[in-house]
Amino acid sequence: MIAELGHFALALAVAFAVAQAVLPLWGAWRGEARLMQAAPALALGQMIALAVSFGCLVLVSVNDDFSVLNIAENSHTLKPLLYKITGAWGSHEGSILFWCLILALCGGAVALFGNPLPASLRARVIGILGATACGFDLFCLIESNPFARLWPPPANGRDMNPLLQDPGLAFHPPILYAGYVGFAIPFAFAIAALLEGRIDAAWGRWVRPWTLGAWCCLTGGIALGSWWSYYVLGWGGFWFWDPVENASLLPWLTGTALLHSAIVVEKREALKTWTVLLAIGTFALSLSGTFLVRSGILNSVHSFANDPARGVFILGLLAVIIGGSLLIFAIRAPTLGGSGLFAPISREGALVLNNILLCSIAAVVMTGTIYPLFADLLLDQKISVGPPFFQATVLPLATPVFLAMSLGPTLSWKRAALFPAMLRLWWAALVALAVGVFASFGMAALPAFAMAAAAWMIFGALAEIVERIRLFRLPIGSSFARLVALPLSTFGTTLGHAGLGVTIAGIAGMSMSTERVVLMHPGDTVDVAGYDFRLVELHDAKGSNYNARVATIAISRNGVPLVTLAPERRAFTTQVMTTTEAKINTNFFRDLYVVLGEERDGAAVMRLHDNPLAPWIWFGALIMAAGGACSLADRRLRIAAPTRAASPKNTAPKNTVQA
Amino acid sequence: MNRRWLLAAPLAAAGLAGAGFWRMLSGMSSGNFDPRGVPSMLIDKPLPDFALPGFTAADVRAAGHPVVINFFASWCAPCIDEAPTLVALSRAGVALWGIAYKDKPAATDAFLARHGNPFTRLARDEPGVVAIDWGVTGVPETYLVDPKGIVRWRFSGPLPIEAAQALAGRLRA
Amino acid sequence: MTRKRRRLMVVLACAVGLGSAAALTLSAFSSTLQLFVAPSKIATEAPRGGRVFRLGGLVETGSLQRIIQNGSPGASFRVTDGGASVSVSYIGILPDLFREGQGVVALGSLQPDGSFAAQEVLAKHDETYMPPDVADALKKSGRWKPGQGAPPASALWDAPDWNQAKQAGG
Repeated sequence: MIAELGHFALALAVAFAVAQAVLPLWGAWRGEARLMQAAPALALGQMIALAVSFGCLVLVSVNDDFSVLNIAENSHTLKPLLYKITGAWGSHEGSILFWCLILALCGGAVALFGNPLPASLRARVIGILGATACGFDLFCLIESNPFARLWPPPANGRDMNPLLQDPGLAFHPPILYAGYVGFAIPFAFAIAALLEGRIDAAWGRWVRPWTLGAWCCLTGGIALGSWWSYYVLGWGGFWFWDPVENASLLPWLTGTALLHSAIVVEKREALKTWTVLLAIGTFALSLSGTFLVRSGILNSVHSFANDPARGVFILGLLAVIIGGSLLIFAIRAPTLGGSGLFAPISREGALVLNNILLCSIAAVVMTGTIYPLFADLLLDQKISVGPPFFQATVLPLATPVFLAMSLGPTLSWKRAALFPAMLRLWWAALVALAVGVFASFGMAALPAFAMAAAAWMIFGALAEIVERIRLFRLPIGSSFARLVALPLSTFGTTLGHAGLGVTIAGIAGMSMSTERVVLMHPGDTVDVAGYDFRLVELHDAKGSNYNARVATIAISRNGVPLVTLAPERRAFTTQVMTTTEAKINTNFFRDLYVVLGEERDGAAVMRLHDNPLAPWIWFGALIMAAGGACSLADRRLRIAAPTRAASPKNTAPKNTVQA
Repeated sequence: MNRRWLLAAPLAAAGLAGAGFWRMLSGMSSGNFDPRGVPSMLIDKPLPDFALPGFTAADVRAAGHPVVINFFASWCAPCIDEAPTLVALSRAGVALWGIAYKDKPAATDAFLARHGNPFTRLARDEPGVVAIDWGVTGVPETYLVDPKGIVRWRFSGPLPIEAAQALAGRLRA
Repeated sequence: MTRKRRRLMVVLACAVGLGSAAALTLSAFSSTLQLFVAPSKIATEAPRGGRVFRLGGLVETGSLQRIIQNGSPGASFRVTDGGASVSVSYIGILPDLFREGQGVVALGSLQPDGSFAAQEVLAKHDETYMPPDVADALKKSGRWKPGQGAPPASALWDAPDWNQAKQAGG
């Protein structure tokens, strides 16, 4: 019964989505105010219908209703309640429904917070979101119905993979999806602007908070996924340049570019056409990445294209959404009009450089990801592209980004002088140089350089704040007063840039990690990077639904005992699989990481890692996301402020605030 | 006008990529494109010689019609997925010969009894030696051998319905 | 600075950016692309000089030997495609799916003596089968790379009630 209710609510959502797509767009086209006013109500209706539908799915899952195919395949009576709830978005069908729900939430958010928008723009944005939602709701209803029944119901479900029963992974998809789907709002704004034939500073100001929100979620989602693979899968790495990882990196790169180019639209009314294209491109990459993964084309190993109809449906949907929006772009973009002038050395110039480099990186990553497929299709060559390719291409393109990142925010709009800007950063450069020289004693050239770049980014970002509060040039009290008065978005920029610096430092440290795979008898001691790992003993242990083999490893340095770790290999009985429980000891500056492998003649294969600065990778991402949130908090206060009538000159006082 | 063309470039690029992905998808469902597959060495080569309890290479050559040879095992879960497709294929009149790979005879028989036996002839490759000569990368795997004994087509993994339909159509033509 | 000059500057900057990206891609392609080579084509197609490529085939039955090099465990085995066979050595932990007689893909390079030194070994599909939904979840999150360690999944489909239910329910 609950399942039928959920199914009905889903069908209702499709009806709402169709109305949401047709009525407001028609109204905006014909200038009929009443049709345009219907938009928010329809968007809220769709949101509520999908919320009910998803709630039903959660309820069915919690109730262990195994007559629902989706639940029978993924759940089990003994599964902990938390995973019964999170399992609702764990399966393919559930995740599609969840995806639709987030899209509907985006529409609802515009409906609720979009009051300051001009009526026609709001109607168009909601209409475009409705049209997009229409496609996905239909896909969910027709091709992957999460409420499909199964008769006769099995006595119990097939259970969820134990590896997936992890809090990190349980909350990874929602955050990542919120990032992917969140870019639907800038996309809708872009299409609406094309339809209106008008983009101005106010448009830039409306688009930025939504972009920021989506970007924060995507940053968090990628970081969480990377952390999960590091600590759960026990591979000891954090990024494998796997096609699926690249699919999430691509929208992040273009989304970051969008974040920056929207500033130029907001402050200077330049780069309009480019910003619109970026908004479309970012959402297109979000969609095609995730959905091509599902169709089985873009995945790493097994071919599960056991449902090619699904892939064809997705591709058709993508063709309509992406093709349609790019067609509108090709036709309407020339009407957007010219843009403000600026010198190459200026804030705008720096942001253009940022965009060019980020998009070049995205292009390179995309080429590496899909080239093997096209080589197979067109040239009949079996080729693969591995991490060496990405390292060889991404690093040279990312280096100028890192170098210019600290300089950009200190330049003034329109025209700037490079030399005074550099003078203001002299001490950051000095710190970076010192870090580089210091690091070069213990590190290879490339990681040492990366450490210097990271220091440059972190202290360059701080220098911006130091400069603005006139630290040490004014009495400390008035500096503090200035600090408090600084807009939050300034801290956002600083945190965002410094966070990337921290991540880069972590990656540089990680590249110096030591890994040893050794065969150890109990009592053996192995030296890894100055730490002595002693295998004390091996024993069996019993868990709630698994049997484990546990190794006790005592780690000491120069005879001083540090810590004892107990990595495990777990054999799960119901799912007939083993998992590796890596154990990590961290002191924030390095991780000691041990994995227990197979056993042979009383000896165990152990994988021992010393990973310097590893936690910084995810800590940096956290800082970045916090920076985005900081900017967002600032923008929310001013979200009602912009009005269309203002001329760009008035909205862009020199040298203020960008995030 | 120059600028117009430039603005249409993203559409063109997306269109080309889309067309490519569409060809990949249709190739994947018909079994002609496998982005992760290992190419077979046997295509357009004579089938390797073998003699197994059940049938031999000579039997395949002497059949006088195209033969579809399917490597399977009772312990392989994808084979269970594939079973209904194979039964449908044999009902469509395709000569389907099975080779049970590294499987105990009793287990094979139980598997066929439970999931249906689509095979007109069944051979048993318990040691898995013949599979090596064929270059089987895993079960299930399906080969098409023409009446002259030349291997014409191979599919690695469970056969999708579309690929089975394409195969039946090809044999009817 | 006129509009025209500014546009020229932007176009130039784009050209430099995309040009360097293209140049980097091409140069990286020429040095890092990994070809797929079968054992019988190794004499004609395999790149020499330590260049990394992928070797795919079956693990010859009876050829697997465990070895220990400098205290690190490893294995040596022969990979065949029916036409020829190549001896492969690997230091590290073999994936759990690795079996004699099963398909394998090894990433590595040819040694001067004609043997293959693998850096990474990936086992192909066999009796351990990952349910599509789990694969989906893992793929979605980008965390499915066998050969690096524990295979993320395997579930037996043998529960009879389950199979009957599935067939009946479609």
